[in-house]
Amino acid sequence: MTRQPKRAWWVRAWLALLILACSQTLWAQQQAPDFTAKIADLTTSSFSKRAKAIEAVVALDDERVLPVLEALLEGDLYYRKSDDRVVIAVDAESGYRITDVISGEDLGAVGKRDVKKIATNNRMRKNLRVQIAAYKLVNKNPDVRRTAAGDLIKTPSPEFLPILQKAIANEEEPAVREALKVARAVILLDSDQEVDRLQAIKDMDGYPNKYTLAMLKQLVRQNDDGSYNEPSELVREEAIAVLKGLEAQETWYKFVEDLFFGLSAGSVLLLAAVGLAITFGVMGVINMAHGEMIMLGAYTTYVVQLLMPNLIEASLIVAIPAAFVVSGLMGIIIERTVIRHLYGRPLETLLATFGISLILQQLVRTIFSPLNRSVITPDWMSGSLQVNGFLSLTYNRLYIIVFALLVLFGLMLLLKRSFFGLQMRAVTQNRAMASSMGIRTGWVDAMTFGLGSGIAGIAGVALSQLTNVGPNLGQSYIIDSFLVVVFGGVGSLWGTFVAAMGLGVANKFVEPMAGAVLAKILILVFIILFIQRRPRGLFAIKGRFVEG
Amino acid sequence: MKMIPKHIPQHILYVDGVTKSFDGFKALNDLSFTVKPGELRAIIGPNGAGKTTMMDVITGKLKPDVGDVFFRDSVDLTKHDEAEIANMGIGRKFQKPTVIESLTVFQNLELALSGNRGVFKSLFHKLSGEQRTQIDEVIELVGLTEKRQELGGALSHGQKQWLEIGMLLNQDPDLLLVDEPAAGMTDHETELTAKLLRDISGEHSVVVVEHDMEFIKALDCPVTVLHEGYVLAEGTLEQVQADDKVIEVYLGR
Amino acid sequence: MTSQARLAWLQSDVGGKRVLAIILAVIIVLPLLNLLVPPDSVFHVSSYTIGLLGKYLCYALLALAVDLIWGYCGILSLGHGAFFALGGYAMGMYLMRQIGERGVYGHPVLPDFMVFLNWDALPWYWYGFDNFYFAMLMVLVAPGLLAFVFGWLAFRSRVTGVYLSIITQAMTYALMLAFFRNDMGFGGNNGLTDFKDILGFSLQADTTKVGLFVASGVALILGYLLCRYVVSSKLGRVLISIRDAESRSRFIGYRVEHFKLFVFVLSAVLAGVAGALYVPQVGIINPGEFSPINSIEIIVWVALGGRGFLYGAIIGAVLVNYGKTFFTGAFPEVWLFMLGGLFVVSTLFLPQGVVGIVQQWKDKRAEQKAHAQGKTGEAVP
Ligand SMILES: Nc1ncnc2c1ncn2[C@@H]1O[C@H](COP(=O)(O)OP(=O)(O)O)[C@@H](O)[C@H]1O
Ligand SMILES: [Mg+2]
Repeated sequence: MTRQPKRAWWVRAWLALLILACSQTLWAQQQAPDFTAKIADLTTSSFSKRAKAIEAVVALDDERVLPVLEALLEGDLYYRKSDDRVVIAVDAESGYRITDVISGEDLGAVGKRDVKKIATNNRMRKNLRVQIAAYKLVNKNPDVRRTAAGDLIKTPSPEFLPILQKAIANEEEPAVREALKVARAVILLDSDQEVDRLQAIKDMDGYPNKYTLAMLKQLVRQNDDGSYNEPSELVREEAIAVLKGLEAQETWYKFVEDLFFGLSAGSVLLLAAVGLAITFGVMGVINMAHGEMIMLGAYTTYVVQLLMPNLIEASLIVAIPAAFVVSGLMGIIIERTVIRHLYGRPLETLLATFGISLILQQLVRTIFSPLNRSVITPDWMSGSLQVNGFLSLTYNRLYIIVFALLVLFGLMLLLKRSFFGLQMRAVTQNRAMASSMGIRTGWVDAMTFGLGSGIAGIAGVALSQLTNVGPNLGQSYIIDSFLVVVFGGVGSLWGTFVAAMGLGVANKFVEPMAGAVLAKILILVFIILFIQRRPRGLFAIKGRFVEG
Repeated sequence: MKMIPKHIPQHILYVDGVTKSFDGFKALNDLSFTVKPGELRAIIGPNGAGKTTMMDVITGKLKPDVGDVFFRDSVDLTKHDEAEIANMGIGRKFQKPTVIESLTVFQNLELALSGNRGVFKSLFHKLSGEQRTQIDEVIELVGLTEKRQELGGALSHGQKQWLEIGMLLNQDPDLLLVDEPAAGMTDHETELTAKLLRDISGEHSVVVVEHDMEFIKALDCPVTVLHEGYVLAEGTLEQVQADDKVIEVYLGR
Repeated sequence: MTSQARLAWLQSDVGGKRVLAIILAVIIVLPLLNLLVPPDSVFHVSSYTIGLLGKYLCYALLALAVDLIWGYCGILSLGHGAFFALGGYAMGMYLMRQIGERGVYGHPVLPDFMVFLNWDALPWYWYGFDNFYFAMLMVLVAPGLLAFVFGWLAFRSRVTGVYLSIITQAMTYALMLAFFRNDMGFGGNNGLTDFKDILGFSLQADTTKVGLFVASGVALILGYLLCRYVVSSKLGRVLISIRDAESRSRFIGYRVEHFKLFVFVLSAVLAGVAGALYVPQVGIINPGEFSPINSIEIIVWVALGGRGFLYGAIIGAVLVNYGKTFFTGAFPEVWLFMLGGLFVVSTLFLPQGVVGIVQQWKDKRAEQKAHAQGKTGEAVP
C-alpha cells in the first residue's frame, strides 16, 4: 500500500495529540541526548566523518531516524547557520520552510542563505538507500514492510541482496515474504548462475507486478540477430510459462480495473440521476433545472471551503448537508412558484424549468464569475489503494461508489419505510384520495421536489471532486441523467441504479474500441433505439397511472 | 348506408378463453362469449368486472395473455393494431366520452366519416355534397344541429356522449362496442339512446356495456353478466335477474 | 358565441394574411432602400440590417416548422436544430466546393481543412456537392431522411410526450458530438466557413446579400402557404385530433404513426431549407448549431409567439431574436436572465403567446360592443 489506511481525521488528530503529550516528556528525557548528539554530528564538513555520523544515526533505534535519512537522500536536510540546528527544508516562496528534526517544531520560513545543505556523495547515497530499505524492512507494520519490498522491486540493485536475504529469513508474514522473494528475484535475474535465475523466475510466478512482467518479456525476446537475452533454454521455457500466467493475471486485473472505472462513472451518473428519478419518476415533473441543482451543490462545496479554509479535510462532510439544504430550498422555491401551476402539463413544465436553468446559470456567472472555481480535494480523497502490482483503485472513485450506494439505499429506505415516503406514494398514486384522507398534497409535492433537488445538491458535492466547478456543470449531466431515468424505467429507483451502472460500465468498455466521443455517441444511439423498442424502460412500472 | 356483406359470417365476434392480467391480477379470466351478426347484446357487471378491459382486448389496445379473439370467424384480432381493427369495421365508444375538443362538431363527424384514411388521401381530401348531407343527417339524428359549429370542448357531458355516438354512426362499422353510453344523460336521452341502438342493430351488431338497469330493460336484448373477468350468467334480463349467482354478486356482501 | 367567432376568424386567417403582407412589403421595399438609396441618406438601409433581417427570416421559417408539429400535432421536438444544421451543412458543402483553388492551400478539389488533416481524396459523401442542384436536393433529403428514420422508429413504437422530447434532444446532442469529430469529414470544431461565392455571385456583394434576403422571404412565404394548406386540409384536422386525443384517432381508424411521420418529415425539410438559407448569410456553419440549447430556444420563439397559429411562430421568432440582438449588444449579462424569464413567463402567463393575448383582447372588446348594443347572446359577425 502506498498509504496507510487512514482513520477518520479527528481520531488521528486526537492520537497525535496524545503521543505528542507523552513524547514531550518521556522521550525528551530518555533518548534525546543520544539522538541529539548523533544528529549534530551530521553537520561536520568532512565527508568521511559525515559517513561515520550517518552510520551512527542508522544504528539508533528512534522513529525520527527514517525521516532524517530520507531527507538526507533527497538532499532536503540542512542546518541553520545561526545555531547549527539540523532541519528538514521544503521549498517555499523565496526560500525554505524548515522543521527541526529533533523536536519536530516548525521553525517557519527562512531565506536560502540562512541554511546550509548537508551534502552527500554517491557512496553515501548508495549506502543510505540500503539503510533506508533495511530500516523499513524491519518495521513492525507488515504493510510498511510490504511497501518497502514493492519499492525494491522497482529498483533492483545487488547491494540490497544481503538485507533481503536477512529479511526473508526473518519474515513471518507470508504475503510480505512473497514480495520480498520477488524483490530478491528481480536482482537475481541478473545473476550469472543459471540456478539462481531459474529460482528467480519461479519466485516471480503468480506475483502480480508490472516490473517483473516487463523483465520477463525482455528476457524471452529474440533479438534481431536471432540470439536471446537469456542464453539458457531451460530458463527461457520457465520464463515463458510464468509469463503466460502473469499475463493472464494482468488481463484479469485490467478487466477488474475497467469494471471499477465503469462502476465509478456509473455512480456519478447514479448520483446525478437519482434526484431526477424522484422529481421525474415519482412526480412526473420534467425538471430541466435539475443540472443546476447539481451545480448549486458544487458551488456550495466551494463556498464551504472558503468559509473554513483551515478545515479542508472536514469541508466535504460539512458541504453535504449544506448542499442538500441549499439545493433543496431552491427546489422548494421553484416548485411553489412555478411548477405548482403546471402540474399535468409536462411539456410546459419542461420549458419553464429550462428557463429557470438559464436564470440560475446566469446568476452563478454573475456572482462567481464565468470561470471555473477550484474545489480542493482533501487528503483522504486523494491517492489510491494499491491492491496489488496490477491493480490500484483511486480513493476518490472508491468513495464515490460507496457514497452513491449510500445515497441510493438511504433514499430507498426513506421512500419505503418513512411516513413521509408513505404520504408521497399516496399522493402520486391517488391524489384525490390522499387529499381526502387529510394529507396536505401541496406540502407533500413541495417536500418531494425539495428532496429530489436536495439529492441533486449532494451529487454536486461529489462531482466537485471529479470535475471543474463552473456555471455549465449542470448542463453536461442533464441529458445523461434523463436518459438514465428513462432507460431504467420511470418511477423505479432500482431501474435507475441498474441503468446508471450499466451505462457507466458499457461506456468504459466501448471506449477503448471506439474512442471516448464515439463511445458516447454509440451509447446515445443505443439508448435512443432502446427507448423506441421499450418506451417504458428496463424496469417498467405497469399500471394505469403511468399512462398519464 | 352500407351494403350488407356478401358473405354472412356465423359469428361477428368470437371470444374464447381470453385471460389478461395486470401484475398478476386477472382482469379477464378465461372469458368466452360470441356475438352473432346483427345481434344487440348488453353486458352488465359490477365495477371492475373487466368490461372495459374486454373492449380494450377486442379493439387491439391490449393483447390478451392467452385466448382467441376472432372477427367475422376468420380475422384474428390479436394480430392487429387499433387502426387496422377500426378499419376492418369495429367502432368503439369510450366510457369517458372522448371527442376532439378543438374541432367543431361538424369536423369531428367529418373525421369519423368512413372512407380512405391514408395520409395523402387526407391531404387532398374534399368533402362531396353527399358526404356533407350525411354528416348533417347524423347531426340532426343526435340532436346537435344548434351546435354544428361549436367546438367539441364546449359541449356538455351528455352532448359529448351524443357526438361520440354520432361519430360511431358515421364510421359505419359492422360491430359497435358501446361503453356506458347512458352516463351523464337525462332519462329522456337515455330512452332515445336505447331506441337508437335498437334501431341500428340488425344492420349492425352492437355490444353495449351498461350499469343502468332501466336502460338495459329498454334495450330488450340478451344480457351477459361479467364478474371478475369471466361470464357469470347469460340470458334474458329476467333470467339473469333470477339467477342465484348474479343475486349473490350484486346483492351479496 | 365567441368560440364560433374565433373559429371563423382563425379560418379566415386574418393575422396570417397581415403577417404575410408585412413580409412581402419588407422584402420588396428594403432591398430598394439598400440598393438604390445612397448610403448617406436617412432612408438608406445598411447591408448589415439586411443580413440581420435575413437571419430572422430564416429563424422564422424554422419556427414555422416547429409550430407545424408542436402546435398542430403535439410533437415537442427538442432536436429541430439538428435538421436546421443538416440543411446548413448541405449548403455549406456546396459553398465549400465552390471555393475551389482559392482556399489557403490552393488545392483544386479538397477543402482547406481536409488538406490540413492530410487527406488525399474527397470522402464519398462529398461527391456531387459541387453541383448546386444536387446540393439543394441534399438540403431537402438529408434532414428529411434523418427525420424519416428517426420518426419511423419513434412513432411506430409510440414514443410520445416528454419521452419523445428527451430522445430528440439526445439525437441532436449525439449529432453535435459526432460533428465535433475531425474524422467525420465536416471540418470538426471549426465547421465550414470562408465561403466565397454562390452560383458565381460573390457572397460579399450587396446584390448577393439582397438576393439571399429576398430568397429567405420568399421561402418563408411559400413555407407559410404550404403549412397553411396542410393544416387546413382534412389532414390538418387529423393532426389536431392526434394532438388532442391520440388514442381516439386510432380507434377511428387513422394510422397515427403515418400522419406523425408525414408532418415530422415535412417539418424537418422546412427546417433544412431554413438552415440552407441561413448559412450563406452568416458565412459559417459549425457543430454548435446542433447544441441542445439552440433547439430549445426555437421552442420559446414559438411559445412566445403563440403556438398553433403558424404566424404566431413567425412573430415570436422575430421578436425574440430582435430582443436577443438588442440585449446581447447592450446588456450582455441580462440576456440570459431575459431568455430564462421569457420561458417562465410565457408558460405561466401566456399559454397562447402574444397572438393569444391579442385575441383575448379582441374577444373582450367584441363582447363589450355587443353588450353595449344590447344584443347579448347574438353571435358577433
Ligand atoms: N392498465 C391496467 N393496469 C392495471 N390494472 C388495470 C388496467 N386496466 C384495468 N385494470 C384493472 O382491471 C380491472 C377491470 O377493469 P375494467 O375493465 O375497467 O372494469 P369495468 O370496466 O368492468 O369497470 C380493474 O380492477 C382495474 O383496476
Ligand atoms: Mg369500465
